[in-house]
Amino acid sequence: MHAPRNARRRGARVISIPRDRTPAAAPWLTLGLGLLVGLALLLAALPARAGVFNPETFTLKNGMAVVVVPNHRMPVVNHMVWYRVGSADEPQGKSGIAHFLEHLMFKGTTKYPGGTFSAAVSRNGGRENAFTSYDYTAFHQTVAKDRLPDMMRMESDRMRHLTLTPQDVEMERQVILEERRQRTDNRPSGILAEHVDAALFLNHPYRRPVIGWEHEIRGLTIPDIKAFYDHWYQPENAILVVAGDITAAELKPLAEATYGAIPRGPGPVRARPTEPPQQAARTVTLADARVGQPSWNRTYLAPSYVADLAGVGTHDQALALEILAEVLGGGTSSRLYQALVMGQGIAVSAGAYYSPDSQGPAKFLVYASPRPGVAPEALEAAVTAVVQDLLAGGITQDELDKATARMRDDAVFARDSLRTGARVLGTALAIGRSIQDVETWPERISAVTLDQVAAAARAVLHDERAVTSILLRKEAS
Amino acid sequence: MDARPMFPRPMFPRLFPVLLLACVLLLPAAGARAVTVDRVVSPGGIEAWLVQDHTNPIIALRLAFRGGAALDPDDRQGLARMVAGLVDEGAGDLDSRTFQGILNDRSITLNFEAGRETFGGEMQTLTDRADLAFKLLGLALTQPRFDAEPVERIRQQILVNLKRADEQPSSIADNALMGALFPGHPYGRPSRGTAQGLAAVTVDDLRAFAANRFARDNLVIGVTGDITPERLAALLDEHLGALPAKATPWTLPDVAPDTGQAGTIVIRKPVPQSAITFAQPGLKRDDPDYYAAAVLNQILGGSSFTSRLYTEVREKRGLAYSVYTQLYPMDHAALLVGDAGTANARVKETLHQVRTEWERLATQGVTDEELADTKTYLTGSFPLRFTANDRIARMLVAVQLDDLGIDYFDRRNDLIAAVSKEDVNRLARRLLDPKRLVFVVVGEPEGLARLNQ
Repeated sequence: MHAPRNARRRGARVISIPRDRTPAAAPWLTLGLGLLVGLALLLAALPARAGVFNPETFTLKNGMAVVVVPNHRMPVVNHMVWYRVGSADEPQGKSGIAHFLEHLMFKGTTKYPGGTFSAAVSRNGGRENAFTSYDYTAFHQTVAKDRLPDMMRMESDRMRHLTLTPQDVEMERQVILEERRQRTDNRPSGILAEHVDAALFLNHPYRRPVIGWEHEIRGLTIPDIKAFYDHWYQPENAILVVAGDITAAELKPLAEATYGAIPRGPGPVRARPTEPPQQAARTVTLADARVGQPSWNRTYLAPSYVADLAGVGTHDQALALEILAEVLGGGTSSRLYQALVMGQGIAVSAGAYYSPDSQGPAKFLVYASPRPGVAPEALEAAVTAVVQDLLAGGITQDELDKATARMRDDAVFARDSLRTGARVLGTALAIGRSIQDVETWPERISAVTLDQVAAAARAVLHDERAVTSILLRKEAS
Repeated sequence: MDARPMFPRPMFPRLFPVLLLACVLLLPAAGARAVTVDRVVSPGGIEAWLVQDHTNPIIALRLAFRGGAALDPDDRQGLARMVAGLVDEGAGDLDSRTFQGILNDRSITLNFEAGRETFGGEMQTLTDRADLAFKLLGLALTQPRFDAEPVERIRQQILVNLKRADEQPSSIADNALMGALFPGHPYGRPSRGTAQGLAAVTVDDLRAFAANRFARDNLVIGVTGDITPERLAALLDEHLGALPAKATPWTLPDVAPDTGQAGTIVIRKPVPQSAITFAQPGLKRDDPDYYAAAVLNQILGGSSFTSRLYTEVREKRGLAYSVYTQLYPMDHAALLVGDAGTANARVKETLHQVRTEWERLATQGVTDEELADTKTYLTGSFPLRFTANDRIARMLVAVQLDDLGIDYFDRRNDLIAAVSKEDVNRLARRLLDPKRLVFVVVGEPEGLARLNQ
């Protein structure tokens, strides 16, 4: 899951977009800008809106996919390995394994024990990290180009040769529990978001938090983790993405000598439960004394770039839904902001976002946060009126034209940074999109019609397939 | 979920914290390719530093006026922040809706931010509408309207943001720490302003701020991307030429952090994990030992996953997900600050480990290997900062604000390389002092003797 995509930087207001927990939300962006809206928005606006990264691709003999994204501004590369496995692939009752394993991947191998890899990254002036989401797990370093072979040697080694010791696992379990407290348990909005997901997905594993439930994190064993690792961390289930000052011709021999030497594995296949028809509107409310500012939102189940949703819509409606989110709530000119924040003056923020970058069902969200003294019911009524108005009349040609022009512009901005292309293409392949799907996005966005947007809105915006979430301040009694 | 928090969170919001820390320079590796920085001075006398890159049709601009929220009057805390929220909410003949509508429709990013010491702005645009983007930037800074509707709307938004920040233990801890270190000085005030101050701000205050602060003599600009020096110079004159020549002068006293309260301040809050923030006096940016301090900090608790605090607090003991230190130089004071988050039951252990590492580094110094690895990290990570237009523009502004000179980009690695083990150890002995460490803990920590609040 990425950061809210509509929370684009331009037009980003003083208020940051609300708190859908965004596991892989571009953490390396969190420092720097210092603007209230945060740097995550830079990237947030871009995934999958990108158009023309012009990547080169090839496949190794063991089935590992390779993507090269050219960017020759500096002699630097961003080296990423993505595994097509995430928290939604965990066995029932074992939530948190994917993320736990991601942490343990830094604990070393026989050949490069302990922190050897991290020390090498650091000594070479590199940056590294990793992230886990519902659908994928990725590891990455950014280094001077001439250090790339070292990174590939060490990254490929840990694909199959991880060492797991009881001591490391117990220590890391404590770190992960601290991470969970920091991201979730210390934050009422984090706690509420977990409940929203658990209510929204009746059967799909997206109902479980990526980091895992605390009691299940505590119960994970080395055999659990090892089995997960052996099953999923295989070359045919991995994608190598290198962005930067390099070509496929240069990368290929390096990739063959490192990743290419790993024998093909059993070929893991994802098998996930799917959603039954949803028939009941749900509301989740959290009142907590720690809350300073209340908020209201409604999350609808929707198709994604690759997932159809039985009885609702198909994945080819994702583009229309992106436009819908843009018109409804993509900035200060959007319908929700204009109506609730500027017109009626009852909210400090209001908007919508839709993140189709998931292998399973996606979420379409409308949200608002009240001005002092405004009740959540008033926000709900106002948002509902805007949504109903749109359902009745659709969007206008002018709105469509402006939204698609902005989205095409976003695809140009996406080329600027070294990392954006790698992120977008890695995500795409990990969830089952094609490179071509990403590369043709701008022209396909331009081809979406008014009728298609209206039909997509009518398909998705149904309260019985949605969870309304209300965060309130609990007053001292 | 990330394996590691990649960077420390910006604990004390300052405009360009990372850059000041680790703004490094040219490629050490073979085949180094220098970034060329042009000093552009327009016929009208406006200076900007420019890194041209014509790969993509994108232009990024950053600017900063010296003088930030620290200058807000005591009864108007939050004034600078309100100005930042409002200058792009209507300017010239364009009301808020029209102004924002153009930004949106033309994909132009325009944002402003009030830091403690500077008022910053950023603009990003595609090349084909650069004239329009510069025009809107110029209007925002020279003819902001401050109409009634946006003033109240933005005031409410900032107040709400303040409430959200006050929910967060780490934010509460930061404010308390600065309050303890700088009593009676503007640095000791909450950097985001106060509800009372925000409520009191009038349109006259906003206008006075713009008139007094937005001037050519306290403005620095950095630009990157698809634009030539000639075009940039012309656009600067055309759209920023109307800025007054001089800002209204101000003074802010130098101040030494008050560590008389050294020890632990506890603020009770019902959360499972305590936020821990700590600081002791640091070095200012122009201190001759600043580069030794950068190396020292990196070894102690810097941003890579190999620092001593990271190793001892996280890796060996599992006490925190995130732990780090950073140099925090301000214009009139300097700190070495740090941060961690630990379950309430283990806070005491974390504090002990931090003090232990502080003491160990002060008394035993660094190893040859640590020194060598840290220097190659600091020098080698330089090119990573030149991988996107906006990052480069930010760095161009930061280097100007710190008055490091346009040749800084060519000198920085030599300055790091010249740091000796003796320099670092001497500095460690002189600087690091567990007795001057002030901790603030927000949460329900167990077993801490001194409960101040």
